[in-house]
Amino acid sequence: MSIFVDENTRVLVQGITGTAGTYHARQMIAYGTKVVGGVTPGRGGTRVDDVPVFDSVRQAVAETGADASVIFVPAPFAKDAMLEAVDAGIRLLVCITEGVPVLDMMAVRPVVDRAGVRLIGPNCPGVISPGKCKIGIMPGHIHMAGDVGVVSRSGTLTYEAVAQLTALGIGQSTGVGIGGDPVNGTSFVDVLAAFQQDPGTSAVVLIGEIGGGAEEKAAAFVRDHMDKPVVAFIAGRTAPPGRRMGHAGAISAGGQGTAEEKIAVLRDHGIEVAETPAEIGRTLARRIGRG
Amino acid sequence: MKIHEYQAKGVLAAFGVRVPRGGLASTAEQAREVARELGGAVFVVKAQIHAGGRGKGGGIKVCRSLDEVFQKADALLGSDLVTPQTGPEGRRVRRVWIEEGLAIARELYLGLVLDRETQRIVLMASTEGGMEIEEVAEHTPEKIAKEFIDPTVGIQPFHIRNVVAALGLTGDSAKGARVFLEGLYAMFVAKDASLVEINPLVVTQDGELLALDAKVNFDDNALYRHPDIVALRDTDEEEPLEVEASQAELSYIKLDGEIGNLVNGAGLAMATMDIVQHFGGRPANFLDVGGSADRAKVKAAFQIILKDRPKAILVNIFGGIMHCDVIADGVVAAARDVSLDVPLVVRLQGTNVEQGREILARSGLAIVPAQTMEEAARKVVAASRGE
Repeated sequence: MSIFVDENTRVLVQGITGTAGTYHARQMIAYGTKVVGGVTPGRGGTRVDDVPVFDSVRQAVAETGADASVIFVPAPFAKDAMLEAVDAGIRLLVCITEGVPVLDMMAVRPVVDRAGVRLIGPNCPGVISPGKCKIGIMPGHIHMAGDVGVVSRSGTLTYEAVAQLTALGIGQSTGVGIGGDPVNGTSFVDVLAAFQQDPGTSAVVLIGEIGGGAEEKAAAFVRDHMDKPVVAFIAGRTAPPGRRMGHAGAISAGGQGTAEEKIAVLRDHGIEVAETPAEIGRTLARRIGRG
Repeated sequence: MKIHEYQAKGVLAAFGVRVPRGGLASTAEQAREVARELGGAVFVVKAQIHAGGRGKGGGIKVCRSLDEVFQKADALLGSDLVTPQTGPEGRRVRRVWIEEGLAIARELYLGLVLDRETQRIVLMASTEGGMEIEEVAEHTPEKIAKEFIDPTVGIQPFHIRNVVAALGLTGDSAKGARVFLEGLYAMFVAKDASLVEINPLVVTQDGELLALDAKVNFDDNALYRHPDIVALRDTDEEEPLEVEASQAELSYIKLDGEIGNLVNGAGLAMATMDIVQHFGGRPANFLDVGGSADRAKVKAAFQIILKDRPKAILVNIFGGIMHCDVIADGVVAAARDVSLDVPLVVRLQGTNVEQGREILARSGLAIVPAQTMEEAARKVVAASRGE
């Protein structure tokens, strides 16, 4: 089993005729994802390889029966792309686009929530259920099907953790990159709740970073609502306060959202935290007695 | 993005927010001329630097004559002003803002900030103007009133009534507050601000409300739709290497250690700094080359890192979209281009990693290869110590 996506997920690619959209559509198809269509306004009726391109998401959904969409459009158009997908009845929306203004996300979130749509991102690597479906930009080959859920605010750091797990022979049920922006669609808690419900997931790796209070909320959720083991890593111990470390969300300010505070809270709530990023896989293996 | 006080006041005034009359000067002579045109008996000379705490650092001077304006401006201009927020080296004062003196009855605080937890805009108000709001929040949190505004709905009359009541404003001051708050909020959403602080907001003895100081930060992600705001950027206020990095589309932050880092991805870059520190080294920088690191970008990254004179450099790349062989080619070419003369530890992982490692090995360069993050961190720390 897995969460959010599986072998039946039918995926649209919004922005499929752009460089990134075309490249990753091909990668997703090569991985086995059912990419049923693409959307680029003004390019309807054309094709990218075998994938039909439509002018609107509404048209694409009507023709293909897609239930998920992944967004590769540039940041100035991301808000429109997300709202269009929700309007067209898409149930799972993955926004890869980086650099979406915060006020745009504050406008999108209530619409997404009212419609009951699962939005992952923006500014994220996407979601993958190894061997079944990959929606996003993560390298598929480092993954291996299994029973460990991975949830992260980061991109390449997640690949690092996944590669460590795979090298130890520990497969993953689903990997979810929720993105590094201050306002996003899916939180750690949303993903942890889904992993707790999923019979195919027996343990979870959580990768957080400085800024905000999402890791603290996750810690409370693990203590109160989960019986599956969770281990964590928090990036940014050496980050200076008040500086934006690449991700717009990664700012620790005025003694809030620092790595040390987050690590202390996670440990207080019974979550083992890897001391270094090289220890993530081994920490999980030790926790579940494998590897 | 940050802007100067005088720029913030200009932006706010365009939205109907009242600010004291004033003018900008980059010489003492200009300062005196601005004061002469303002008229009156009392003037304030304010150093324009991005760091806060200017009052404590002696960057704000009350003057009672045109000659005094000249003298204070002359002393401030060209000096390195040290405030609690600048660090010991201070910030060079290139401009001063000359303002009319006001007869102040009360000093209040107003703030607007994007709140990630509630996904709303928070309007904060306090009667404790002129103090650090963080201190008020810590010691007397009951003195801060908060209104949470949904940006899709906008500021409502009840938000304003609540703030007016919390600040104890009545009569004309209450009417002035309504205009002031509506203007403040309108500017915030129209210009994609991320933070606005009016500290202090003053009530004059005549009951007028004015922004005596103004701090405005903007959402970097939204700057593409605000060329007027981008035009206000003052790169003199930024770390020169960070300006150079932003021109090369690299995400770089200068730190004060001795080990340079070149990494793809912000999370992995932070984690790399962390593990370097864990094994006893100190990172000289944060540098994320992003998802499309080609030879030109890697070269630019090396050039920036080298200007900070590190004792060793660690390249940590997890090849996903980027293939490790392409990255390896870029690293080798860039290392040759810049005649790299400090130890270089390279750790590649991910797509086409074997080909990448082979390219490094065949390059003839003294590159120290590493397989894991831990091995890479240990090796670069040892190399930085000449071991």
